[in-house]
Amino acid sequence: MAELTYREAVRSAMREEMRSDPRVILMGESITGYGGSYAVTKGLVEEFGPKRVMETPIAEAGIVGFAVGAAMGGLRPVAELMTVNFALLALDQIVNSAAKFHYMFGGQWSVPLVVRTVSGFGQLGPTHSQTFEGWFASVPGLKVVMPATPADAKGLLLAAIRDPDPVIFIEHSLLYSTKGEVPEQEGLEVPIGRAAVVREGTDVTLVGYSRMLLQALHAAEVLEREDGVSCEVIDLRTLRPLDYPTVVGSVARTHRLVLCGEDWRTGGFGGSLLSEIQDRSFDDLDAPIARVAMRDIPLPYSRKLEQQLIPASQQIVEAVRRMS
Amino acid sequence: MYRKMVQIRHFEDHAAEAYAQAKVGGFLHLYIGEEAVAVGAVAAVREDDHILGHYRDHGYALARGCDVKACMAELFGRETGLCHGRGGSMHLADATKHFWGGHAIVGSHIPIGAGMAYAMQYREEPLVVLDFFGDGATGNGIFHEGLNMAALWNLPVVFICENNLYGMGATLAEESPVSDMMIKAEGYTMPAVQCDGMDVLSVYGAVQQAAEHCRSGKGPFFVEAMTYRFRGHSMADPELYRDKEEVRRWRELDPIPRFGDFLVQHRITSPQELAEVNEEVEAEMLEAVRFADDSPWPDPDSVDRWIYAKPINPEAPEEAPSMAGDPAGAAT
Repeated sequence: MAELTYREAVRSAMREEMRSDPRVILMGESITGYGGSYAVTKGLVEEFGPKRVMETPIAEAGIVGFAVGAAMGGLRPVAELMTVNFALLALDQIVNSAAKFHYMFGGQWSVPLVVRTVSGFGQLGPTHSQTFEGWFASVPGLKVVMPATPADAKGLLLAAIRDPDPVIFIEHSLLYSTKGEVPEQEGLEVPIGRAAVVREGTDVTLVGYSRMLLQALHAAEVLEREDGVSCEVIDLRTLRPLDYPTVVGSVARTHRLVLCGEDWRTGGFGGSLLSEIQDRSFDDLDAPIARVAMRDIPLPYSRKLEQQLIPASQQIVEAVRRMS
Repeated sequence: MYRKMVQIRHFEDHAAEAYAQAKVGGFLHLYIGEEAVAVGAVAAVREDDHILGHYRDHGYALARGCDVKACMAELFGRETGLCHGRGGSMHLADATKHFWGGHAIVGSHIPIGAGMAYAMQYREEPLVVLDFFGDGATGNGIFHEGLNMAALWNLPVVFICENNLYGMGATLAEESPVSDMMIKAEGYTMPAVQCDGMDVLSVYGAVQQAAEHCRSGKGPFFVEAMTYRFRGHSMADPELYRDKEEVRRWRELDPIPRFGDFLVQHRITSPQELAEVNEEVEAEMLEAVRFADDSPWPDPDSVDRWIYAKPINPEAPEEAPSMAGDPAGAAT
């Protein structure tokens, strides 16, 4: 095992796959000389050259459309969209092109494309602080991945690049500098579509992904220490296709469930997840499913205001306490 | 080329008839009047060069030689259709013929064509991409993003603008500050020519020049074909936005008799031979309609097929992800 940051783990997945597969290319805004706005692609153009690490115009729809075409032409493009907020400009290409071609053209070809993008906060104001994983996860034909740890970031990105279908790979800006153990074996995948039980417990299940997984783990420690409550914590890792059996199996043991997300309460990803789990686990539940989510308010710039809104471990602790 | 144009005309006539009989559903956009553009352009390039088009796409499929019966069956929504009834009229495609679709979101395929051209350039293959769109698409941002990238990276793609004077019901004057779309290529330092889209030889010459330019590594080329659709935007169009006199004037320029007259005048063929071509094509189309009518509907249980090339089923965690049920496999 080697200790890597989340940022280094993402970079090493791209580097390893580019070394072993000449079809893999990267493209995005300011990803060469600048190194990417979150410095994820730093050093890659020096190793692989501008033909494989392409500096693009600021044109998100064009970038994804171009990457779809390159994928159809036999390449394995990894397109970086600077943040998920800018991905809105590329929604048509993601939804109407990448996600549709395999189905719509009767299986004649697929679109092996990875769109890497970033959610996150940090006094960036209303247009730069949003979460849209629920939108992507609502589209048949897409696979949606949101890793929480460096090991998963690397293993899932390797799996995403090798996958024949379009994968939306959402990183988190507040996780880039977190560190974790990553297997040293090159090319080791983490399979798409599998959740992980990262902490075993008996009293309540906490389900999270990306940054909220870390908040759930912290909440579990607090609840054990202060309340003697044993929490099982699940990292979804993939939002579509979603690993329901792992969640349902856990609820059958704990009989209580808290869904932890950063998405807006109305129409967010947690809403459809809640509905699906209720359908499958109603008889096992001893309390209504609780949900930690963003209040339906745009994220303001001011630190004092922003802190009020960003979901954190304290809300998870409170949600569990309200159940008992 | 004459036969191909007649094929498209007759195919469209039968499609319209089938639509009236409710055998074809959804939106149906006919290529009648514009046949010379697809036929001239496709004839001017290699069979393995790549083609992308917009939703008025029957002409490209037939010009490229896609199976006529499978095209008609796709309109009828049958399992034997080109896309097994999943795409319909606006989404025909045949990867084996390097025809990569009918794209029904206006302009969306413009950067896709550029990306395909990049893959050709990346592997140093001497192929070009023909990317067809209408005048209406030039008002969309994606048109400019695609042209910008193609020019920036010197990619072998021929952008073919079918200027038929209307973006659905909007006139050129209502949708664009310039009436010659080739002017828009200038800002991207892209060479451009305008050709007579009602004359198959004019289109052929322009696209041949453009493709040679691309193939020799000189970057993208813009061709504007001046043309006209004789029918409405779709079958639902009452055509309130243009006058009948204008339609009549353009019908006099019909590319099919015009090319037929040329062939006869130059003693390349006889009127009798042309009449025979028409009869043969009509028989072929009647056969295609019969085939589509007699073809099976897709199996209802197959409705969730092809959502993914590599389906992942977390509900069955002990099973390895399987490619079963996907004969096309993970293409590319």
